[in-house]
Amino acid sequence: MLVYILKRILMTIPVMLVVALFVFLMLRLSPGDPAAVIAGDYATAEDVARIREQLGLSEPIVVQFTKWIGALLQGDLGTSIFSNKPVVELIGQRIEPTLLLALTTIIFSVLVAVPLGTIAAFRAGSWTDRAVMMFSVGGFSIPVFVLGYILIYVFSLNLRILPVQGYRSPFEDGLGPFLAHITLPTVTLSVIFIALIARMTRASVIEVLEEDYIRTARAKGQSEIKVLMRHALRNAAVPVVTVIGIGIALLIGGVVVTESVYNIPGLGRLVLDAVLARDYPIIQGLILFFSFIYILLNLLIDLTYTFLDPRIRY
Amino acid sequence: MADQTASAPVHAPTKDLSVWRIALRNKSVLWGGILLTLIVLLAIFGPFVTVDPVALNPMNRLKPPWGEAGLFGTDQLGRDVFSRVVNGARVSLIVGLAVAAISIAIGLLLGLIAGYIRVMDAVIMRVMDGLMSIPAILLAIAMISLSGATMFTVIAAIVIPEIPRVTRLVRSVVLTVREEPYVEAAIAAGTAVPLIMSRHVLPNTIAPLIVQSTYICGSAMLTEAILGFLGAGIPPEIPSWGNIMSEGRTFFQLTPWIIFFPGICLAVTVLAVNIVGDGLRDTLDPRIARTMR
Repeated sequence: MLVYILKRILMTIPVMLVVALFVFLMLRLSPGDPAAVIAGDYATAEDVARIREQLGLSEPIVVQFTKWIGALLQGDLGTSIFSNKPVVELIGQRIEPTLLLALTTIIFSVLVAVPLGTIAAFRAGSWTDRAVMMFSVGGFSIPVFVLGYILIYVFSLNLRILPVQGYRSPFEDGLGPFLAHITLPTVTLSVIFIALIARMTRASVIEVLEEDYIRTARAKGQSEIKVLMRHALRNAAVPVVTVIGIGIALLIGGVVVTESVYNIPGLGRLVLDAVLARDYPIIQGLILFFSFIYILLNLLIDLTYTFLDPRIRY
Repeated sequence: MADQTASAPVHAPTKDLSVWRIALRNKSVLWGGILLTLIVLLAIFGPFVTVDPVALNPMNRLKPPWGEAGLFGTDQLGRDVFSRVVNGARVSLIVGLAVAAISIAIGLLLGLIAGYIRVMDAVIMRVMDGLMSIPAILLAIAMISLSGATMFTVIAAIVIPEIPRVTRLVRSVVLTVREEPYVEAAIAAGTAVPLIMSRHVLPNTIAPLIVQSTYICGSAMLTEAILGFLGAGIPPEIPSWGNIMSEGRTFFQLTPWIIFFPGICLAVTVLAVNIVGDGLRDTLDPRIARTMR
């Protein structure tokens, strides 16, 4: 058990290295002079030279990489070109809305999708099942931002029951305003997630329901609800948890778009502002940050398998 | 004439034809396919009959739809939204097809290598794991902001995050197939590796790859629109669904249709592609279909 956990933790190191190398090379291998690209069309020669110096682009590439990795290991994600603040500090300032939006989305999606998928599996082939599957295909097809604008149009502009845009902190402005502002973004971001998780839950429960131990449980005369809760759902949990892990990548992309639609001052907006300002260290730092979060979350999910399903061992 | 072709010696395409015939018997493939064909025809021939999508008309700004200003109204520069949406269909379809074709080609190659050459497996798969953990949209935004937004860079930026998924799929097929008795027999008989690849391994990858390519096509169209919407996509001189919606944002409260029309077109197109994909998966790939019914 301990050996497996250690092995699994060690396995993340090469993956993180690949991510770091890729992000590092992206700037260096891009066509043209990256310093000039970042400086923009109206930059003077001094600006370009300053940026080249700041990014350390004039040194040999191996020296650059070792320095950069060294700083990275100490938790230094670089420094913004324009505000001159460390990227870590900027992330700290903007992380609250993004984190809370991600949390509400995951909670809401799981609460909606797992029952939906289970019911669909239980009544496979029925109209309920078909409706769930149709919703799922639709959820994969509608662009996040179009859905966002439809919801704003209906609930904020026409029915006027929810605020149009913006963000309120639950710690400073109270829970009520926070929930009012986070509801539409959460629903917007959840739809694709619900589609994904419901589909996986359904497939997984259908498969489990064909197992012998389900027949045994039923033959013992256990009630359907007990069969479902105790035997089916528990065993169907592994693929569902996996898909939530894979979905984190989807969530991160969706967060950028959703924050843009609803004008939420989170990490997604930080990325977009950085793109407009060509503040490359921020973009680079955020890609690394999000990728590491993704890798760590998937590590955690892999480790939870050992508790969900004791058969899984390496 | 028809009889002659039917009785002609059997060539390879005959089998493929029957596969397509079975696929077309599936309702999803049929209806999704009809819908998709209509959209493709509209994208090909539509731009010849609509007005100039970039013609400015300052006297006719932000006009509502269904009126004298065209079917979908006009935008803030007085350009005809219907014409822009019809022209934008081309961008979406080209990006979707190009991304699917290129990422399948690269992923197929890498997957075959990883699945067949033990030494390369660990290297390629760790690189793929790394690529997969970088959020696709962020990666695309970063690449485009560094190299400038053109049709080519947008396609390249969407292709790169798709490669790992294809590589994993092909690799898993290769790993399963090489355990099969007929492949072991071929190896034992001294068949050359390229021949084993082309005769035994490749045919097994075709069905899952066709299915995968529809999903890649759908998600590429969505990503292209998201990039355009965020202002990091194809520049507004070439109308795309993403950049039409991006320009419509400012006036959303006044003229929501500038976002809704291209948005609905995009959703319907992606839906058609996904429905075809689901249908193909059910008919071509019984292995996945059993679990994903």
